[in-house]
Amino acid sequence: MATRLRKKQKDDFGSPYLGHEGQWSWIFHRITGVAVILFLFAHVVDTAVIGWGPEAYDRVTEAYKNPAVHVLELGLVLAVLFHSINGMKITLIDFFPSLAGHIKVVGRTSAAIFLVSAIAVTAIMGKQILDLL
Amino acid sequence: MATTIERPSTPEGGAPQPPQRDYTRGRERPVGGFELWMWLFMRISGIMLLVLALGHTLIMHLPAGGVDRVDFGFVAARWGSPFWRTWDWMLLTLALIHGINGLRNITLDYVRKPGVRFAMNMVFYVLGFVLFVLGSVIVVTFDPTDWPPVA
Repeated sequence: MATRLRKKQKDDFGSPYLGHEGQWSWIFHRITGVAVILFLFAHVVDTAVIGWGPEAYDRVTEAYKNPAVHVLELGLVLAVLFHSINGMKITLIDFFPSLAGHIKVVGRTSAAIFLVSAIAVTAIMGKQILDLL
Repeated sequence: MATTIERPSTPEGGAPQPPQRDYTRGRERPVGGFELWMWLFMRISGIMLLVLALGHTLIMHLPAGGVDRVDFGFVAARWGSPFWRTWDWMLLTLALIHGINGLRNITLDYVRKPGVRFAMNMVFYVLGFVLFVLGSVIVVTFDPTDWPPVA
């Protein structure tokens, strides 16, 4: 362990996250969480407009129907996906603390599940965006 | 509970190493009280939101047409079912509390001035409460027959 840390010394001090992989999932968890709650604030309001009738609501939903918004929409879906999968990783580790001893395997499995599903989602939604152009 | 051990300096006498933690006994966690309840809430609501939020996201965004399907008629048909109204209300409630507690945790980490931290958190709580009331009223009371059918 000590030898390994000496080898990684440069990385350890070159990155604000001390070079540990888990720190990247930690910061992405924060960023995606903030992004999703900010969208939720807007989404509760845009959905509530339905209480003012079809004319008002359809004017709001029209605003979502353009390619630029669809790119943001893909970002939102990927953010929810990452936060969900990484959140389940955190919950599993916290409810089964012995998993913390296998953090590398658990973390990389979680990252792999995210990557595979992110590619699938991007392919499906990306094709729909391209079809609109 | 993670234990932080003291920073050893390198055998060469170089810069001190980053703190090492004993990961084999799990991660840090609040010792009790309100913070421990919120710690537990984040994980339990997270499991429920895996179904409610991720499910909602995939159902609304992935099928052909995506969110372009959504208009007054779409929501009227969807909220014709008490199942979806219940789903959406639970999603609204859990996601707001989960998200606002997340924002509170972030202010505890980054906002050092107690007054600023208090003010930011009060803004989040008030905003969350207002959106909870607004969303709840709409999802419970919405009745498409309040408007004449669009020709």
